[in-house]
Amino acid sequence: MKIAIIKYNAGNIQSVLYALERIGHTALVTDDPDEIKTSDKVIFPGVGEASTAMHYLKGKKLDHLIKSLTQPVLGICLGMQLLCKYSEENDTACLGIFNETVKYFKADNMLTKIPQIGWNKIYNLKSNLFSNVSEKSYCYFVHGYYVSARMHTIATTDYIHPYSSGLQKDNFYGVQFHPEKSADTGEMILRNFLAL
Amino acid sequence: MLAKRIISCLDIKNGRTVKGTNFINLQDAGDPVELGAFYAQQGADELVFLDITATIEKRKTLSELVNKMAHHVNIPFTVGGGIQSVEDVNLLLQNGADKISINSAAFKNPSLISELVKEFGSQCVVLAIDTKKEDDGNWYVYLNGGRTKTGMFCFDWAKKAINLGAGEILLTSMNHDGTKNGFAIEITKLLSENLPVPVIASGGAGNMNHFTEVFKDASADAALAAGTFHFKEITIPDLKKYLSQQNIAVRL
Repeated sequence: MKIAIIKYNAGNIQSVLYALERIGHTALVTDDPDEIKTSDKVIFPGVGEASTAMHYLKGKKLDHLIKSLTQPVLGICLGMQLLCKYSEENDTACLGIFNETVKYFKADNMLTKIPQIGWNKIYNLKSNLFSNVSEKSYCYFVHGYYVSARMHTIATTDYIHPYSSGLQKDNFYGVQFHPEKSADTGEMILRNFLAL
Repeated sequence: MLAKRIISCLDIKNGRTVKGTNFINLQDAGDPVELGAFYAQQGADELVFLDITATIEKRKTLSELVNKMAHHVNIPFTVGGGIQSVEDVNLLLQNGADKISINSAAFKNPSLISELVKEFGSQCVVLAIDTKKEDDGNWYVYLNGGRTKTGMFCFDWAKKAINLGAGEILLTSMNHDGTKNGFAIEITKLLSENLPVPVIASGGAGNMNHFTEVFKDASADAALAAGTFHFKEITIPDLKKYLSQQNIAVRL
């Protein structure tokens, strides 16, 4: 199986590669359109800021490429947010696979920290991506922006209010948490993605 | 609901874990990678590796170690100790560290915080503060591993660092560290209830109830311990089970 991890100016890309290696797979970290197009699975990772990331993707013409992919694609954290239509983070037009707006959390009191950093539960799991993953499993999150829970939601998490911790439309999947850092649960989700 | 985090801290010198450990299951308790993977398997929510090497070779050794760690550990980890510059941080993140912690260098040059935040984002910049309550009743910032006192109040420095973009505070009370008498409730509470970023309490863990106190009474977001885990005075599975029984949200 050929797996491509899209290389762009976002942090955390190595972590995804190492996580795949831990479950017995190798992957290519690349921004080469041909390599990405001919992969069986594509992972679109990311920790960073939306407008800088979109600017870079456009510069490399990866924006059109990502939209045109027909194999399973998994957006992680910022990668998932960039698959949405628009992000409030620096007023950024994104890729528009999911017709959703990415919004900034508003703290309801001083004890609610933003960004959310740490382990939270995922529930209402509705996809093969979560095969053999129990409802209310803990995953590791680091994010200040979120997507509301709506029609493409395949996993929900509560922080201040319920929101989408997983999205799916056709061949596009997105998770707000970091499966590559979510211990055994995360490894199961990565295995499930590779088995799609 | 976001779980309270239990963090295991390992001190590293010349690529080896220091402070003796008595894990019988481990081939080599001095190997930080093996020990880190062990804690991850035990249910630690995060790891902190604190490099206390004092040689010029340290950067290379440390980044190689971080790279091995990133291959073997499936939970987030922070690396700290002697970080001075954007280049230092870049090397560690490139090798797979999730976050870095800065301490004295940030105090001496606060713009380091904003430079790091601009380059890598708040989420990976942890500000470590060593603080001590003096006879005048105030908590002061100490530098250089607790050897140098400053005139700055802990709360003021934390607030300033957050304004510059620090994403988390790792707060160690020198009055409590090593005592096993419990965490510093007063200063932890002051910071965690009045600042907008997560606070990791460190120093003083001696029994499981100390963790309950720091989460319930001081609203800490995370609690860190080293020796008490290394010497198995508390095991992480027992601790999490206990905290869960106290109605504290933890990842089981």
